[in-house]
Amino acid sequence: MNFAKIKIVGAIAISALLVTACGGSQKRQNAIQISGSDSEVNMVQNLAEAYMKKSPEQSIAVTGGGSGTGIAALINQQTDIANSSRMMNKTEYQQARDQGVEPVAIPFAIDGLAVIINHELPITELTIDQISQIYKGSITNWSELGGPDLPITVYGRQSNSGTYVYFRDNVVKADYTNNMRNMNGTAQIVEAVRSDNSAIGYVGIGYIVDKEGKVADRLSVLNVAADADSPAYSPLNKENVASGLYPISRALYQFTNGMPEGRMLDFIRFELSPEGQQVVVNAGYYPLGQSYMDELKEMGIIE
Amino acid sequence: MVRGVLFLAGMSVIVVLGGIFAMLFYYGMHAFSDISLSEFFLSTSWNPSAYGEPTYGILSMVVSTLFVSVGAMVIAIPIGVGAAAYISEIAKPAVRETLKPVIEILASIPSVVVGFFGIVFLGPLIADTFGLSSGLNAINGSFLLAFMSLPTIISVSEDAIHSVPEEYKAASMALGATKWYTLVKVILPAASSGIIASIMLGFGRAIGETMTVLMATGNALRMPGNLFDSVRTMTANIAIELGEVPFNTTHYYSLFAVGLMLFLMTMLVNLAAERITQHIGRHKL
Repeated sequence: MNFAKIKIVGAIAISALLVTACGGSQKRQNAIQISGSDSEVNMVQNLAEAYMKKSPEQSIAVTGGGSGTGIAALINQQTDIANSSRMMNKTEYQQARDQGVEPVAIPFAIDGLAVIINHELPITELTIDQISQIYKGSITNWSELGGPDLPITVYGRQSNSGTYVYFRDNVVKADYTNNMRNMNGTAQIVEAVRSDNSAIGYVGIGYIVDKEGKVADRLSVLNVAADADSPAYSPLNKENVASGLYPISRALYQFTNGMPEGRMLDFIRFELSPEGQQVVVNAGYYPLGQSYMDELKEMGIIE
Repeated sequence: MVRGVLFLAGMSVIVVLGGIFAMLFYYGMHAFSDISLSEFFLSTSWNPSAYGEPTYGILSMVVSTLFVSVGAMVIAIPIGVGAAAYISEIAKPAVRETLKPVIEILASIPSVVVGFFGIVFLGPLIADTFGLSSGLNAINGSFLLAFMSLPTIISVSEDAIHSVPEEYKAASMALGATKWYTLVKVILPAASSGIIASIMLGFGRAIGETMTVLMATGNALRMPGNLFDSVRTMTANIAIELGEVPFNTTHYYSLFAVGLMLFLMTMLVNLAAERITQHIGRHKL
């Protein structure tokens, strides 16, 4: 009986200790917290590691979860920097202001979205309008596009993904067909398109191209034309994406609460420096063009 | 003092359950200030973050949930009850002592692992077998959920079969019945309420399972026509959308309403199972 009593009292004491220990670590705030976009998480992790190698006294923690998740965390002041592959929408800006948060959008890399199909399909290029019709559900068979008589299986991301929103608002320009399979992350889309001989999907180019520029096997990356009268461009040629000839590219952003200062500004400047932009390129993305750099200069983020 | 602590521990379960229900109810009800009940329950179109007008109909998700879980039961019941009868009545002690812990281990496989198995192995297998382009569909989810509810069905059924009084068997044998006849006509009927309870518990497990179906069924939003269509269950929908939804919006509240609906469905199934189990308790001997 006594022994049982001691055990219970001990258990309570241990849980009390654990609770205080957790509380203590939460108060320690020397790491810069970054969270959000799954498209950005690997690249930002690489940037953070390169930065911490240069400035070992700094500590940065990067987590994913999706652009919406990162923005929500910024609004609730649970993160210092939100990674987002899309701009914040009106509702989010309003919520931020209601919480006393002033979001500042800082572009730091360019992402080309690749439209991928299974390698067995004999299609090499599509126009934006054709892609839109596939994702809207008005084209449902590959034969309508000069391919084999096969119903198209449409793969996309889930609604917590910035890529989902970006692709819908800028390429489909309508609601996705409710036949679209909503995959839980980019890797699942890639896996599905590789194994499904009638599949189409969209993914950040960094995910399917390795450091030497080789595309993952069993996939074809489509060349995309802005409209029926324009030539189609491949996103595999970095020049096409950086110059804007390839029509599905977007800026990747980091949001801060107010203008970044001190060590946060220092980190962001590192990302925008030639050294940081090289990390961006190594991760399979594209460096910011001159117009973005001018904009950042005007904002006072870089000198 | 020990008594007090243990009392608190016991009561905390009720407090947590009550708290969860109250929260679901409180937030869920907010949704209906903007969504009509008829749209919520009868419309098949769910698209709260639409490019055009948002819609909030849960019917296709409810049907999808039932599709996948009923499919799972069709697969799991014969295997589960068969395995339970085998373990309890036919297997040699050595086999029984091996099978029982293996079934326990089966129960402890994390759902994300089962889902992964569905994507990389079962999905392509289903696609090949049935000549489909993709194996991420309802039947894939059904197979995986069947697999996940088997341990519950087997162990509860096995207990029920095991607790059928030895005299019943002896009497049946004494009248010249074969072993098979005794099993099918005497033992299984005598254990039927326990077996039904095990099925209900397995069904409740299947309805509430999230990660596996999220990974293996493709999550398309349309009303499923057959078992080879991609489906999005209620649990998967909540998991997909709750992470990004802006706080205190209609969309946010509507997800709690879906959660409330799901909670009521699983609670009904569990209560039914509970009633049936008590029923055998009273009628034993």
